[in-house]
Amino acid sequence: MAGGSIIRTEALERRFGTVEALKGIDLEVEAGSVRGLLGPNGAGKTTCVRILTTLLLPTGGRGEVDGLDVVKDAEELRYRIGLAGQSAAVDENLTGLENLEMVGRLYGLSKSEARARSGEILERFQLSDAGDRQAKTYSGGMRRRLDVASSLVGRPDILFLDEPTTGLDPRSRVDVWAFVRELQADGTTILLTTQYLEEADQLADRITVVDVGKIIAEGTSDQLKDQIGGEVLELTVDDTAQTWAAAEALQGIGTGAPNVDVDDGRIRIPVGNEGAEALRESDRRLDEQKIKLSGFAVHRPTLDDVFMALTGHAAEDGSEPEPEEKQKRGRRGRKEKA
Amino acid sequence: MSATVARSSTARRAPSGIGARAARAVNNGLIVARRNILTLTRVPTVLIFELVQPIMFVLLFRFIYANNIANLPNGFPYVLFLMPGIFIQNAIFGATTTAIGLAEDMKEGIIDRFRSLPMARSAVLVGRTTFDLAKNMILVAIVLVIGYVVGFRFSNGFINALWMLVLVMAVGFTFSWICACVGLSLKKVEAVQAATFTMIFPIVFVSSAFVPVVGMSPFLQVIARNNPITHWCNLARYLAVGPGAIVDPVTHLPVNSFHSLVFLSVIWIVGLLVIFVPLATRLYRRLT
Repeated sequence: MAGGSIIRTEALERRFGTVEALKGIDLEVEAGSVRGLLGPNGAGKTTCVRILTTLLLPTGGRGEVDGLDVVKDAEELRYRIGLAGQSAAVDENLTGLENLEMVGRLYGLSKSEARARSGEILERFQLSDAGDRQAKTYSGGMRRRLDVASSLVGRPDILFLDEPTTGLDPRSRVDVWAFVRELQADGTTILLTTQYLEEADQLADRITVVDVGKIIAEGTSDQLKDQIGGEVLELTVDDTAQTWAAAEALQGIGTGAPNVDVDDGRIRIPVGNEGAEALRESDRRLDEQKIKLSGFAVHRPTLDDVFMALTGHAAEDGSEPEPEEKQKRGRRGRKEKA
Repeated sequence: MSATVARSSTARRAPSGIGARAARAVNNGLIVARRNILTLTRVPTVLIFELVQPIMFVLLFRFIYANNIANLPNGFPYVLFLMPGIFIQNAIFGATTTAIGLAEDMKEGIIDRFRSLPMARSAVLVGRTTFDLAKNMILVAIVLVIGYVVGFRFSNGFINALWMLVLVMAVGFTFSWICACVGLSLKKVEAVQAATFTMIFPIVFVSSAFVPVVGMSPFLQVIARNNPITHWCNLARYLAVGPGAIVDPVTHLPVNSFHSLVFLSVIWIVGLLVIFVPLATRLYRRLT
């Protein structure tokens, strides 16, 4: 293994029937770092994580985690990784403690070791008081904490978090972020998938952007944002029938192609650091064309803007909570039609 | 790679050697079975309905069929013919929970959790089928009590009665593995539920489970005579109440000798296990 790469894939591919979920992923993740895998539903993030955690066999290419092949050395590898999030679950009928003890026993710990380790982890995740309650009585945030807690029972060197905050309220999301940082401070390598640019921004040392089974960009959060061009100007046309006319009039403003949503009359333009200037110029030109605006804003780029800038198409359902894990075939189906 | 490998070295490694691996497989299977027991106790309504179902079958058949069929053509009391068939039928119906339980665990993502853990690959299936075997024992015990209430009696000795129970358990266990394959293939709970019952109803009814094969249409007789469930039911009858229940009504000779019944029953059980245990294991390994 060259350099400090602890996760490495070469031309990783996975087909489901005729659908190519992964079309050749080359990934290198440095030991001890947090890597964000950013992309919309159906991009292939979960498929990638499932292959790296030995849940799914690749149909092409190869993957290596901690020097172990994800296919040939799967059994040995499972001792070194933890998986939490959309791809794995806790048993809701068991208590928090029973869940963790079971996982500990399956890692080969003795009964007393498993109990001690479970108590320690419950404490760390502030679940001690709820340890004797069935997981189905937990709030969404507590359940996610228990889920991540389960993945840490075996003291993994590499942790995979598959959309760890999808469907969580903002407070719980911040909690998840806090322990991701803590784990990284302990030296754990973390690969996390997310649909939220902000999340990748907050947590990841480097971000890999994936779309329809391919890596379309990689870099630090700043590098990616520079690529997108700083801020985004968002204008909402009052009469949606005039949207195209407005977009026409705005030609040449900003640093990239405008993203036009005809249904909502919304036009988004990457404007770099010239937000105020671009807004003045837009206002002047639209006024000339007698096109009225019902709203405007200058803001930081969102996932949608990243996708617009990198792929020329909008991120699909970027803000919608990921449907149930098992529906991913359905999601791919939709994607294919799109 | 220095820092990370140092951490790994504290982690446990996969056991090597057949003995250590087998010990782990048994241990892991028991952990999964224990989890299934805990789950069952937390959702008692499921258990209650599973227990009510066999009672319902005994009562339905006893008071609908047995009131119309007082005796077999050779004069043998129908209730003694019926109950061993009901034992086998309950073991088979009880095994469908293997399919449904696996489908539910897949839906919840629990199977994925297990598959990401360094545990024996067989453990989830062994744990599930062992648990369903244990649950089947409880069902059979209940059916036995109800059977005694409605007039059934073992009458071929204690040892043979025990062997009948062993046979019933073995049949249930075998069907658990068949159902595991159905569950792992179809995955969706509703589909699995529909498929297992669609599969199991005809094969149980087109057998000697409830009525002698001789009364069926000629075409169905061909199927029923070669249906393993017929062999198992006939062997269960032989063990429970002696050869009287399995004599041919025309010739008054036993339809099969005891030894050929044992042979056929065992061959079918072993044959089905040899096919379906590896198949289920393979399906589990290759889940997506």
